[in-house]
Amino acid sequence: MTPRRCLLALSTSLTLALTLAGPALADEIWVTNELDDTISVIDVDTLAVTATYPTGQRPRGVTFSRDISRLYICASDSNAVQVMDPETGEILHDLPSGADPEQFVISPDDRLLYIANEDDAITTVVDTESRKVVAQIDVGIEPEGMGISPDGKIQITTSETTNMAHWIDTETQQIIANTLVDSRPRHAEFSPDGKELWVSAEVGGTVSIFDVATQAELAKISFALPNIRPEKLQPVGMRFSPDGARVFVALGPADHIAVVDVATRAVTDYILVGRRVWHLAFSPDNTKLFTTNGVSGDVTVIDVASLTPVKTIKVGRFPWGASARPTD
Amino acid sequence: MFRWLSAPLACIVVAGNAASAEQVRIDLIERQVTPPPILSNLIAPPPDLGVAGARVALSDIATTGRFLGHEYRLNETIVAPDDDFLAAARAALADGARLLVVKAPPADLLALADLPDAAGAVIFNTAAPDDSLRGDDCRANVLHTTPSLSMRADALSQFALKKQWTDLAMVHGPNPEDAAFADAIRASLTKFGIGLKGEADWKFDADMRRVASAEVPLFTQDLPEHDMLIVADERGDFGRYIAYNTWQARPLAGSEGIMPRGWSPVVENWGAAQLQGRFRDAAHRDMLVQDFGAWAAVAAIGEAVTRAGTADPGALRDYILSDQFRLAGFLGTPLSFRGWDGQMRQPIPLVTERAVVNVAPLEGFLHQRSELDTLGTDLPTTTCTKFGVAR
Repeated sequence: MTPRRCLLALSTSLTLALTLAGPALADEIWVTNELDDTISVIDVDTLAVTATYPTGQRPRGVTFSRDISRLYICASDSNAVQVMDPETGEILHDLPSGADPEQFVISPDDRLLYIANEDDAITTVVDTESRKVVAQIDVGIEPEGMGISPDGKIQITTSETTNMAHWIDTETQQIIANTLVDSRPRHAEFSPDGKELWVSAEVGGTVSIFDVATQAELAKISFALPNIRPEKLQPVGMRFSPDGARVFVALGPADHIAVVDVATRAVTDYILVGRRVWHLAFSPDNTKLFTTNGVSGDVTVIDVASLTPVKTIKVGRFPWGASARPTD
Repeated sequence: MFRWLSAPLACIVVAGNAASAEQVRIDLIERQVTPPPILSNLIAPPPDLGVAGARVALSDIATTGRFLGHEYRLNETIVAPDDDFLAAARAALADGARLLVVKAPPADLLALADLPDAAGAVIFNTAAPDDSLRGDDCRANVLHTTPSLSMRADALSQFALKKQWTDLAMVHGPNPEDAAFADAIRASLTKFGIGLKGEADWKFDADMRRVASAEVPLFTQDLPEHDMLIVADERGDFGRYIAYNTWQARPLAGSEGIMPRGWSPVVENWGAAQLQGRFRDAAHRDMLVQDFGAWAAVAAIGEAVTRAGTADPGALRDYILSDQFRLAGFLGTPLSFRGWDGQMRQPIPLVTERAVVNVAPLEGFLHQRSELDTLGTDLPTTTCTKFGVAR
């Protein structure tokens, strides 16, 4: 981002902040709009968009710091990770991110960001306090999916064109293993107990499950829906339910969320959402699931108890990432 | 299903090298042709057309290979227009080439495929669009990573039907490529039940840079009333001078206007922007359809070696033609190969110079097996008998 653009973004966000922002009165879901260069803030109680903040170019990955004091945004085409004050919507500063950051994951100690540099086949590790690059690790082509074990010891980068999950030891910042997955892996999630790693493969149409201790493949999950071509069932974003019993899988152009029972590996439900569903976020009280629907430009709200969609919320163009902000 | 890190790589059978990394040899063989003269002075085909795509794919698959212990090598054999193509091909085969990525006219391609040493090879046709190569002249050892003319024509027919622009007229040039594309268009319009109201032959040899505005209105004046005018000008000779000079105000399609293409620099969705970026960084120009054909061939080899765990050409061919094969081709739907004629199934972007207008198969064109098979020659109508697939 040029200084001029930065200033412009800053002044615009200040103006918006004055009119719209304030301390969160209710739990919120923050959604990046990839083709609008904005973030939409959704009130979890009223299910209305309460604020829209400008960001850098092509915002995709988004996550709150673990203490919820800062929001990190991958501004892919600005080649920066931006740090936003969620109280005001103001961009505080950029972090050095490497080129074309797409997704990232924050370490459990809230200090390091592991960033996938899609165009450079690199995972960049940034210290969010010193704002310095700590390490750059060569991975496969088009890195995207980023996961970190609950104990912070293993970081996973998946590479879309190399079709692998790269296991990175966070103490040495070295790759300790590479496991082949199906074509075009998109997302990596550890189970809450840290024992399993789930990796979605968009073109392969599968989710592979690995034993974290041995890196052995435990199972591979496929999807099937009547009247939808198998090649349209393209798993991308995933979230574990907080109790670790279920995984919700976004199926991209199939416009559905699959619900997978972790114990039996069975797909128990398919939930219709908007078009080209990318990623998911639970409300902080875990009663609602929010999905970003890229092509329809909206967010579907799913009632987790009944597994039914309850509302569609219009946001910006091509919503992509989502992250939850609790009130406290 | 595959446990790569624990499984020994003993199944890799590549002759010669017993070092730690298993060698996989890929040969690119190109028959250069002297570009035919065209009216405009502006456009010259890039000298590395096709080859550049193979090189990008090689670096794409090399990373997977590096992690799995496969070392890919790309040998490039470029045969000048006046040199002996078959002798060069023979020499490559004698040297051990068995995975061949070929850019050559149909006659050269078939002569190569029929060489005794090529019987056990897998040959990828990356550039010749002729339907005959997928039909009566098909070869069991030749797969096709560039769309056939009928696939492109069917993409355009689906678009015309979707728009309900079903009264069409066509102008076609004097070259064999133009006649072949025009034939494919006529057959496709019949297949989809669309009427072709009239045709006109481009015969002018005037210099259109100066007189298009005078000649083209007269040339198109006698065509019957139509919704869209199809231009068959596969060399890019006269077609560019038709737009805005027609007698009636009508959109163009085919070789000009909205163009069904196997690939285009304007394709950006489904991660294509990353491939376009990698290509531009490497070749310092836009990625064209011949580059994509060569890219897809090398990428398919890499995908098959990775998944099938072998570099044996016969086993790779079997895997590539199987239901398991899925290639991430940046076109929104996984790419695969037709078991009855070796044609790669792929979506066909319908593009202008600046944007993707739509992508075929268009929504609503259904098929019992794969919607991609609504484009081109399907199993019940194939005349290819070399693949042993029962109709």
